[in-house]
Amino acid sequence: MSFIAKPKITHPGLPRNSIGLTLRDYEGSMSTLCAGCGHDSVSSAIMQAYFELSIEPHRVAKVSGIGCSSKTPTYFLGGAHGFNSVHGRMPSIATGANAANRELQYIGVSGDGDSLSIGLGQFSHAIRRNVNMMYVLENNGVYGLTKGQFSASADKGSKAKKGEANSYSPIDPVLLAMSLGCTFVGRSFSGDKDNLVPLLKSAISHSGFALIDVISPCVTFNDHEGSTKSYAHTREHMLETVYADYVGEHEEIIAQVKPGEYRQVMMHDGSRVGLRHIDENYDPTDRIAAISYIEKHRAEGAVVTGLLYVEEGSEEMHTTLGSAPGAMSEIPYEKLNPGAEALKRIQGRWR
Amino acid sequence: MKSSNSSDPDHFHRVVDCQWGCPAHTDVPRYIRQIAQGDFTEAYLENRKSNVFPGVLGRVCDRPCEPACRRGRLDEAPVAICRLKRVAADLSDDIRDRLPPKGKSNGKRIACVGAGCASLTVANDLLPLGYDITIFEQHDKPGGLMRTNIPSFRLPAEVLDDEIDLIVERGVDLRLNTRIDSMKQLLDEGFDSIFVGTGAPRGKDLDLPGRNDSDRIHIGIDWLESVAFEHRDSIGENVLIIGVGNTAMDCCRSALRLGGKNVSVVARKPRGWFKASAWELEDAEEEDVNILVNHSPKSFVVEDGVLKGMTFDKMHYEIDDNGELSSAEVVEEIFLPCDDVILAIGQDNAFPWIERDVGLSFNKWDAPDVDDVTHGVELPGVFFGGDSAFGPKNIIWAVEHGHRAAISIHKYCNGEDISDRPARGMNLLSTKMGIHEWSYSNDFEDSERRQMRHVELTERFKNIRIEVELGFDPEQTALEVERCLNCDVQTVFSEKLCIECDACMDVCPVYCLTITEDGDEDDLRQRLRAPADNKDQVLYVSDALPQTGKVMVKDENLCIHCGLCAERCPTGAWDMRKSQLKIPYANKTVEEKNINVS
Ligand SMILES: Cc1cc2nc3c(=O)[nH]c(=O)nc-3n(C[C@H](O)[C@H](O)[C@H](O)COP(=O)(O)OP(=O)(O)OC[C@H]3O[C@@H](n4cnc5c(N)ncnc54)[C@H](O)[C@@H]3O)c2cc1C
Ligand SMILES: Cc1ncc(C[n+]2csc(CCOP(=O)(O)OP(=O)(O)O)c2C)c(N)n1
Ligand code: SF4
Ligand code: SF4
Ligand code: SF4
Ligand SMILES: [Mg+2]
Repeated sequence: MSFIAKPKITHPGLPRNSIGLTLRDYEGSMSTLCAGCGHDSVSSAIMQAYFELSIEPHRVAKVSGIGCSSKTPTYFLGGAHGFNSVHGRMPSIATGANAANRELQYIGVSGDGDSLSIGLGQFSHAIRRNVNMMYVLENNGVYGLTKGQFSASADKGSKAKKGEANSYSPIDPVLLAMSLGCTFVGRSFSGDKDNLVPLLKSAISHSGFALIDVISPCVTFNDHEGSTKSYAHTREHMLETVYADYVGEHEEIIAQVKPGEYRQVMMHDGSRVGLRHIDENYDPTDRIAAISYIEKHRAEGAVVTGLLYVEEGSEEMHTTLGSAPGAMSEIPYEKLNPGAEALKRIQGRWR
Repeated sequence: MKSSNSSDPDHFHRVVDCQWGCPAHTDVPRYIRQIAQGDFTEAYLENRKSNVFPGVLGRVCDRPCEPACRRGRLDEAPVAICRLKRVAADLSDDIRDRLPPKGKSNGKRIACVGAGCASLTVANDLLPLGYDITIFEQHDKPGGLMRTNIPSFRLPAEVLDDEIDLIVERGVDLRLNTRIDSMKQLLDEGFDSIFVGTGAPRGKDLDLPGRNDSDRIHIGIDWLESVAFEHRDSIGENVLIIGVGNTAMDCCRSALRLGGKNVSVVARKPRGWFKASAWELEDAEEEDVNILVNHSPKSFVVEDGVLKGMTFDKMHYEIDDNGELSSAEVVEEIFLPCDDVILAIGQDNAFPWIERDVGLSFNKWDAPDVDDVTHGVELPGVFFGGDSAFGPKNIIWAVEHGHRAAISIHKYCNGEDISDRPARGMNLLSTKMGIHEWSYSNDFEDSERRQMRHVELTERFKNIRIEVELGFDPEQTALEVERCLNCDVQTVFSEKLCIECDACMDVCPVYCLTITEDGDEDDLRQRLRAPADNKDQVLYVSDALPQTGKVMVKDENLCIHCGLCAERCPTGAWDMRKSQLKIPYANKTVEEKNINVS
């Protein structure tokens, strides 16, 4: 929190994207989070991703629950639509909004508290429905906003700031999502934008529910010795498996890799995600194998990052439902609300 | 690349673009803050310490600081540094009791030839040390070109008198109407050291047909001098000024005040090649001076001893891809009628009073070779400074030469090696006052540069002594001081503390900061968050960071010193520290004692 607003002045030579905007056009208001919070860094990565994809901010809808993480949509894409819901209820709001207007890009921002405790049920059902959205879970192992209690993602034995150890085993959002049939699952770290930004871009272009679990240290309550979600611990235990290299529709692939270690996944919008296998034993399209790989490494204390699972040709909610094309707001009122007569006829079918 | 050596005073000094650009290294941001706080006297003294003539320079300085000012690179106009200097001078209290008095005589006698700004600076610096200083001046008033050539509508005589008095009245033996005609004789007079500050007194002539057939063809600097000494108070209605430098600007504007009605400045080349400062050209054009481009002088037309005009070749130039004139072609011959011609095409050094066998070798410009650090020449104990040293420059350079020569003289008189120069130093002091509070105004002021107010066009020609510029009013001042970015409040980095959370680089409004793998400079410049193609501006590169071994790189080019990086840093790895350059002067008592941020 600063007394001065971030000045509007910027570098005159700042690059512009294909719709003529600079990174600064993707900003929101000044963050009120603690200085050094991982969440702020994730917000920056999100801005970078939308900027690089040349998405107009007003074509995006931001939804969130409650928590420091859930506050962050205010701090990016000031020109986007937004809804800050109650604790753990963001997935319902996102589902409803998406049902009504499928033309917007949806980004949900949540925390480990918001998603894995009070909102676990909502989280699971949004995955199950394969709502077309990017779901960013900013995971710090604590309830940051309420002053640092352990959350459901805290590792057993991880120490709180005053020294007491956590006695429950964690819920791993990645494994949970994979077991629920999530069609895009990735994990990254707020302090590694080289990895996070292309992952976000890939998730945005995925059709269906894309979860990104971002380890995002809480500098104030969970960045000490003994914490397993600190900057230093995460850097030490991070194990990158598959680097997702987002390649736009008309871009050339420039990654220099050996053939066996590289493959491409087509996204429904025509873009491609190049997958660079850092660990050649890992296959991000083989769900069963991926789950056991992640489990195995988790037991060894490693934090597996990268694009961990992607289902090509995933069928998102609207396809399953066979809902009308376009946004409801674009459908003429008479069509959207055909009147009492039409209702009678429908009801008549079940009489 | 090699991590930056920020203990070298030059490292942070370079970040203060204005101060780095100022030949005398005036601490601009510091005096601007003093003005902001209403400490006009302190601001005046801060200026005087390095530039000696703040009232003069606040009006007529060549202001190399302004094109250097960072603000100008952020897509807008630089801070009106020079205008603010004048505010300090206009509103300062009498500072006589704040200046060190003449020191107890040390028995050493120094001669200064010429009473221009260079000699006066030497006297200013050496007086407190107890030297007996004699200045010889051929004219009946001191000041050099500041008095004889800079017209009083730009620089009122009272302002000049005041600032010269501050030096002379402390005990300089000023011998007016005393021209030195022989270096040999002067050497024989037993001075311990001699400073030559005689300027570049010879105006260039234009040797064309008809040049000697009329007395209405004048050499610019001589003509301005005769105007200044009131030997001349009129001119014909139609005047041609040849040349388009600053002298030409003063000539044309003076001509308008002496009765010229139709005054034209005639340039040989197109506009982009004019030598005059933009602001001087602007002022002249506002006064309706005609500017004629691409006219190459050919002859003076004199009939029956009466000057009728001049002929010119009208030129056509091709400009190549590099923006240079590639070819010139005469299009036609043109005749321009006039009553007077003033030649303002440059000045040369001239030393008729220095015997060629005195022990000095003269170079191809017929001037002695002067060392650009010590200002010494072949004759030990003799020093040159100001325009006499390397040809015509400007006041602020002459002052800086004076400071340097004073150090040499002091060393010479004490039997020390004059080439062993005292080093500059640098103090750094944190400006942190609270979590998000700093002892300087860090909020960015986005107003445009304030414009100078001028005396109405209908009023200003009534008398050549009417000063045209009115100075800034309080509102203008209050706003303009806030435009300064406080470039001396440095972002200082401690790598040991950094946890690489990225907060600083994400918040920076101008994308100065990048954490990345190390590389050589050219490679690093390609990998920063925003283009870093201004190589005049340094990269501030850290040692390896503790967690990843990457480096923190700051491109100093466009930092607005908002302090947000330091506010967002959770560990205090960035701090905003006020740098203060410690400049050595001959007289150490002038050196800054108080390093509080103001
Ligand atoms: C028309 C004009 C306008 C200018 N405008 C500006 C401006 O706006 N801003 C700026 O910064 N600069 C300006 N300059 C340049 C500036 O005036 C000079 O660079 C500066 O005055 C040089 O100072 P100095 O002390 O070296 O010499 P000068 O100012 O030239 O002083 C030399 C002194 O030595 C005296 N002298 C010379 N020979 C002898 C001798 N043998 N014996 C005794 N006395 C002698 C002279 O009479 C004179 O008083 C201008 C110059 C001109 C010609
Ligand atoms: C219904 C309800 N229950 C409890 C709370 C108190 N509360 C606010 S934020 C929060 C936890 C936030 O944790 P997380 O989602 O991890 O966010 P973080 O602050 O760590 O980013 C809780 C329990 C609430 N606001 N509403
Ligand atoms: S902004 Fe202020 S400190 Fe920076 S270069 Fe300009 S005048 Fe100097
Ligand atoms: S002070 Fe810091 S945040 Fe502000 S412009 Fe400079 S580097 Fe960027
Ligand atoms: S904010 Fe501080 S700790 Fe974070 S990256 Fe910048 S300097 Fe390092
Ligand atoms: Mg949390």
